[in-house]
Amino acid sequence: MNELATELTRRYGARDWRDQRKDLSSVVVDALRIRDVLAWLKDSGGYRHLSFASAVDNIERNAFTLVYTLRNHDLGHSLMVHCDIDRSNPTVDSIHLLWGQAWTYQREMKEWFGIDFPGSPRVDEEFVLEGWQGPPMMRRDFDSRKYSDETYAERPGRVTSDPATHMKSKMYPEAVP
Amino acid sequence: MFVKKVKPAPLANEGLIPQERDLFCDAAPQEYAPANKVVEDFWNWARAQSLWILGFGTGCGAIELRPLMTSRFDMYRYGIQPRPTPRQSSVFVIGGYASVKTLKRIVRSYEQMMGPKFVVALGSCTINGGMYWDSYNTIKRIDQYIPVDVYIAGCMPRPEALLAGFQELKKIIRAGRAEGQNVYAKNFEWYKENQKKVIKDWNMPDYNW
Amino acid sequence: MKREKAYIIPPAERATPDLASGKYLVMWQGPQHPGITGNMSLKLVVEGDSVVDCETHVGYLHRGFEKLMESRLWMQNFPLVCRIAVPEPDFNEYCYAAALEELAGVEVPARSVWLRTMTLEMIRLASFLMWIGGQAGAFGHGTIAQWSVTMRDYVLDLFEELSGGRIYHMYIIPGGVRADVPKDFFKHLLDTLTIIEKNLDDIELVMFHNVVFKMRAEGLGYIPKEWVDTYGITGPNARATGIPRDLRKDLGYLAYPQLDFEPITCTKSDAFGRAELRLAEMYQSINLIRQMVDKMPSGAIREKLPNPLYWKIPAGETYVSAECTRGEYGFYVVSDGSDKPRRVVVRGPSYTHAVSVMERLVRGVNIADVAGLMVSLHTYPPEVER
Repeated sequence: MNELATELTRRYGARDWRDQRKDLSSVVVDALRIRDVLAWLKDSGGYRHLSFASAVDNIERNAFTLVYTLRNHDLGHSLMVHCDIDRSNPTVDSIHLLWGQAWTYQREMKEWFGIDFPGSPRVDEEFVLEGWQGPPMMRRDFDSRKYSDETYAERPGRVTSDPATHMKSKMYPEAVP
Repeated sequence: MFVKKVKPAPLANEGLIPQERDLFCDAAPQEYAPANKVVEDFWNWARAQSLWILGFGTGCGAIELRPLMTSRFDMYRYGIQPRPTPRQSSVFVIGGYASVKTLKRIVRSYEQMMGPKFVVALGSCTINGGMYWDSYNTIKRIDQYIPVDVYIAGCMPRPEALLAGFQELKKIIRAGRAEGQNVYAKNFEWYKENQKKVIKDWNMPDYNW
Repeated sequence: MKREKAYIIPPAERATPDLASGKYLVMWQGPQHPGITGNMSLKLVVEGDSVVDCETHVGYLHRGFEKLMESRLWMQNFPLVCRIAVPEPDFNEYCYAAALEELAGVEVPARSVWLRTMTLEMIRLASFLMWIGGQAGAFGHGTIAQWSVTMRDYVLDLFEELSGGRIYHMYIIPGGVRADVPKDFFKHLLDTLTIIEKNLDDIELVMFHNVVFKMRAEGLGYIPKEWVDTYGITGPNARATGIPRDLRKDLGYLAYPQLDFEPITCTKSDAFGRAELRLAEMYQSINLIRQMVDKMPSGAIREKLPNPLYWKIPAGETYVSAECTRGEYGFYVVSDGSDKPRRVVVRGPSYTHAVSVMERLVRGVNIADVAGLMVSLHTYPPEVER
């Protein structure tokens, strides 16, 4: 795998090659070159199978990290390709012409994170939510529990069995409201 | 069955585009008074012996409906069989959690069913939200949106628990206490307000009859 | 590295029927329908009796798993994780447990590795049995569903003996398995397998030699070999095109390197060929379970873990995949060093089969055969929208 790592660095400026397991590695590239990298890996590298494409919200450093996991069946090796995009203006090149299922992943990321993929077919259509008026819900600043308490009526009588709360109420009874 | 004399006001049907409004019904549901005791007892007995469930697997619980149809648990001997359309069924089995998208279809199917109709809610997700209690997409109490007759607890309930639940439903029907249709008609505005609060894109008639 | 020709199929190309011409009808094979696997809907545009265009609508079962998992402790996610793919929950448990063990650097004992493999093969068998009932039922052959769901009930009885639950077992946990096998379990297991094998012979006789099933299933939903990489098709759908790709052999996870089996392929890539392939895989699963019962080592079944209320896993990320009944099932877990997951992505095989592949294959099919086609791809909606 070292020759693949050096080839990627030479061609596309890839960095931080890391071997997680014998059959799994990860590498970081710039978001501007992500389409070239994936197309080269697919056509010349033998990584023809796209397992999934998704995003991780790194709110602390104001970035989304996209991850594309490819697999090379001849060598039996999987590669996770990462790229960082700006969280306040998230847009990245679309790869819908490389794989036939990529448009579904991109549609999901647009709905769940708000990441735009210009040109991807049907990317603005709703995927799993209907009539959703809130913010993209997989962002870390969206509080699911608060939304659920406000929107859906609850049946009274639910008691919590959280051990920390129980111990606090036992040891400091006057402090618990 | 005798219809009460009061006729409710026509519905607004704001969810529909104006060209389609006269294609759909705009009358709210009405309550039905029971007949005299002997006839009503006979009819209740007949309804309890023939419970046809709607074939709509709304959630996890639907997977335990399949073993019920085989000869090991055999719900057919209790008079229960699945039907493909709401017009021919009288029991709606809500199998577990209901997301907002499914709730819209549950409301539509429930309103299309012919009365008298009964609802059996499976699993703890219908009671208080279950393990998805803090999810932004599942509701926590199904009886805010449609009236429920029997709850069957579990995650998921076994087929034997389902059969016990159906026995309970039969007892309730025989005693004349399964009045889901009338409860829905009487509190129609309250149910509709709850539904519309949660289902944000209401593009169907107010009463899907 | 040799240069491969880039084979690009534009995805989601839409046939554009002129809906105002009155020749086409838009109909929903909607969520309330007996011919749908699970709870999803297809918006079909039909001309007469054949389908011209299709849109898949999912999301009826979206519970927001990935968001919920971020606000629960690592161990608290266990009951959540099995409910993502309802007919075969153990694959979720295995992938999640293996990802946690890899990130935390925990080694599982040998006996628990074999018990995990045995559990996975048993649930494969149960899931295939449910599938074959659905496939025959979609073409009107109701007897098979009665037989196969009963056989599946026997397997679920074994699971109840092993773990206490029929559908959701929560048996595979990080560190190993939850409990050892009870007394006489292997004897019950082998007796049940004999009964199931005999019933599979009956199913093969009644279903695959039935002229109606052959007429309806042959030629339905033909998947060419080139689509496998372009659409990311995995599992029996890919093996039916002739490519011997099986993650159990390729990845060699759990106890599979020490078992004797070969990936099964098939020359016919239509619904009939896929059904034959899956029947052969059921026999293969029974064979694998019997091998495992012979070779099972003894020893501990669980590795001791720190207190689950305060277990912090070091930062990192990993992707663990397994070969489930439908294809490649994977969990991508990211940890940032705290006691809750940062991000968990569930990769279900139906993600590609139910949305992209289904929309391509259903063109030209009769309305009555759409259900059969969907079942032959073995799609299941909860893992598409989790």
